[in-house]
Amino acid sequence: MDMVIKFLVAAVGAGTPLLFGTVGEILTEKTGHLNLGVEGMMSIGACIGFMVGYYTDNFVFALFFAALSGALSALIYAFLTVTLMANQNVTGLTLTIFGIGFANFIGIFVLNKSPEGTLKLPEKITAAMRGIHIPGLSDLPIVGELLFSYSPFVYIGILIAGFCGYYLNRTKMGLGLKAVGENPGAADAAGIKVTAVKYRNIILGGAICGIGGVYCSMIINGGVWISDNVGGLGWIAVALVIFANWQPSAAILGSFVFGALRVLKYYIPQSIFPFPIAFYDMLPFLMTALVLVISSMRKSSRINLPAALGLNYFREER
Amino acid sequence: MAEQGREKYAIECRKITKAFGQVVANDGIDLNVKYGEILALLGENGSGKTTLMNMLSGIYHPDSGQIFIGGEEVKINSPVDAMNLGIGMIHQHFKLVEAFRAMDNIMLGTRGRKEKSKAASEKIRKIGEAYGLEIEPEKYVNEMSVSEKQTVEILKVLYRGAEILILDEPTAVLTPQETDRLFSILRKMKEKGCAIIIITHKLQEVLSISDRVTILRKGKSIETVDTAACDARKLTELMVGRPVSLKIQRPKVADPETIFKVVDLTVQKPDGSKAIDDISFEIKKGEILGVAGVAGSGQKELCEAIAGLLHAQKGAILFHKENLLGKTPSEIIEKGVSMSFVPEDRLGMGLVASMGMTDNMLLKGYQKGKGPFIKRRPARELAENLIRKLEIVTPGTETPVRLLSGGNVQKVLLGREIESSPSVLITAYPVRGLDINSSYTVYDLLNEQKKKNVAVMYIGEDLDVLLELSDRIMVLCHGKITGIVDADKTTKEEIGMMMTGEMKPAESGKEALDE
Repeated sequence: MDMVIKFLVAAVGAGTPLLFGTVGEILTEKTGHLNLGVEGMMSIGACIGFMVGYYTDNFVFALFFAALSGALSALIYAFLTVTLMANQNVTGLTLTIFGIGFANFIGIFVLNKSPEGTLKLPEKITAAMRGIHIPGLSDLPIVGELLFSYSPFVYIGILIAGFCGYYLNRTKMGLGLKAVGENPGAADAAGIKVTAVKYRNIILGGAICGIGGVYCSMIINGGVWISDNVGGLGWIAVALVIFANWQPSAAILGSFVFGALRVLKYYIPQSIFPFPIAFYDMLPFLMTALVLVISSMRKSSRINLPAALGLNYFREER
Repeated sequence: MAEQGREKYAIECRKITKAFGQVVANDGIDLNVKYGEILALLGENGSGKTTLMNMLSGIYHPDSGQIFIGGEEVKINSPVDAMNLGIGMIHQHFKLVEAFRAMDNIMLGTRGRKEKSKAASEKIRKIGEAYGLEIEPEKYVNEMSVSEKQTVEILKVLYRGAEILILDEPTAVLTPQETDRLFSILRKMKEKGCAIIIITHKLQEVLSISDRVTILRKGKSIETVDTAACDARKLTELMVGRPVSLKIQRPKVADPETIFKVVDLTVQKPDGSKAIDDISFEIKKGEILGVAGVAGSGQKELCEAIAGLLHAQKGAILFHKENLLGKTPSEIIEKGVSMSFVPEDRLGMGLVASMGMTDNMLLKGYQKGKGPFIKRRPARELAENLIRKLEIVTPGTETPVRLLSGGNVQKVLLGREIESSPSVLITAYPVRGLDINSSYTVYDLLNEQKKKNVAVMYIGEDLDVLLELSDRIMVLCHGKITGIVDADKTTKEEIGMMMTGEMKPAESGKEALDE
């Protein structure tokens, strides 16, 4: 029992960066733009956020700058694909390659300057990121651990997902956003400023991805900088968008399921399932492939795939 | 005095000029509509109708000239401006989000708080009732028929309080009955004081719905006339600039031998539903078989099945008593069955847009050449020949065909098919989007083929043309044949009924026997 609870808690932790990436990408894709640069935006957010945290020792600053750098990298993507109408796939892939390279470069550059030879976050910021403790609630048996023991990131992620779900499904702005992703021509004719909507949401999506990135660099490795710290999570997030059927609320569940897959290896007794560790490392990606296969075969009419996804919009081309 | 005169116009354009680079699309156009009036805007392709309307709806800006709304000069810089001025545009291709409900589409882009579903749907229903529009606000657009979608478009502009409506070829996709319903709605709006501008190619409709007609030719407003004092002939003359015979010839079938036969053909769509449902018909030598039907009734699938692009589930396609089913497209072409399908975007099927005429000619014949190399000269000669014969306007045989105007692209496509001297010519929507002059060139081409004893299948949209051009008319509805009638013994109304699925009694009796 104890083991199960520990597993669930670890699954939530491991799923959180995916949650940010997925929700960010959902907002982006709802504009009709497929941004394959999630991995890159998360890497940039991871790097900038970590460095700001390292030098200022301030958790809020680190978060803010991670989001800001994610937003700026999304701005590059938006400028290229919305304004210059570059190919979305190529631009996104380039952003990923650039982002990873940029993050590793800055990381090694700072690392070489540090006297200790490692980059470890200072104590105050590490404390701020530790699991919260609400007197009373967190002490409850089982429930306390399952609901009130996580790092602030988890709650921020769920809040953002909830907010985005409300924004998409309950507000006029969200309706406008969905219209842009479905049929930009119709949205334009209805008086929606298509370009503004696209920029706004791509940038917002990038900011959310950036926060997901800083989770990777600050939490996963215990506050020590290593290269390639996002490690493919951005790609899983892209697939999770499909798994979640473009619904932020479903993204919460999907992220935690995939988080569970990632930590499974530590909780499955080797004596019962004698698979090599590499098998478990492969699981999330195998699952991603399966998700893509299954969702491509599913022919429901209520799939939320934005109809204009991947197509740039040029008003005078009709 | 002039000030007063202006007062009563809902919308007035004075000396509107707009140029795209070298091309002057609109050259000093004058146009005006009163409240409670329907104005038809008539003109050939490229006469500047759409450009003018796009300026009124805020998509383009005029280079010079003035626009007055209700007597006041305005600048329309964006669709939002147009909306705020009470101008609503109903585009030819609907601007609707398929995945949304009707009400979401109607509310899209409006300001203020998002209303509760129920209140909004009630409000929409009320507006609909006032104008005699039936609508289900909760229905998803992708589950709607074409005329329902158009209703949503109309409600969309009414919901925003538009008093000036611009309709761009609203009847192109409607059956005659649906057109009548649309016109009675437009008349009701007129009674309520709306100003309506309607763009259409069909002269009969202009005559039946409009109060006045403004005619554009080559970017200039030629004349505005009262509809009551006009007939189709006069309008055509004004539009084309010279007298044109509106009569389509119909040479007699010379040698009524059946050459092409479709028997019990069934074709499924990828999702398992039937696109073509157990149909049988035949075409004789030197005959034009017209095919009528609402868009999406199976015309495209029928063409693809005949061309060998689509696998048929059941039945047979017999050409000279030989079954074509299961043969590859190139084998079918070799037998002399030729197809020209003009899709909605005109370039989708048949021609490669970024290739020149020569390369497009080669597409259909390059396999026949010996050895691995391509001989370009015969193809170039063929292209030059077509340019001369069909008066195709193009800078040269190597100019990518996407740069040609719609009419010329269609001539290239049809010309290539005809040049291969087929025995059966399947042509779908060959005059789609063409103006009167080019359309008649196409009709003449088809009649020429008929004289050469070619069996022609003509899939068309305009019932008036179908009635005049074809010898017999087959009507498709949801993949079924609802009737095959002689063109000179039927009426538009009868065909319209069959298009909506009501069978001709004699035919339905036969169908019953077959089953």
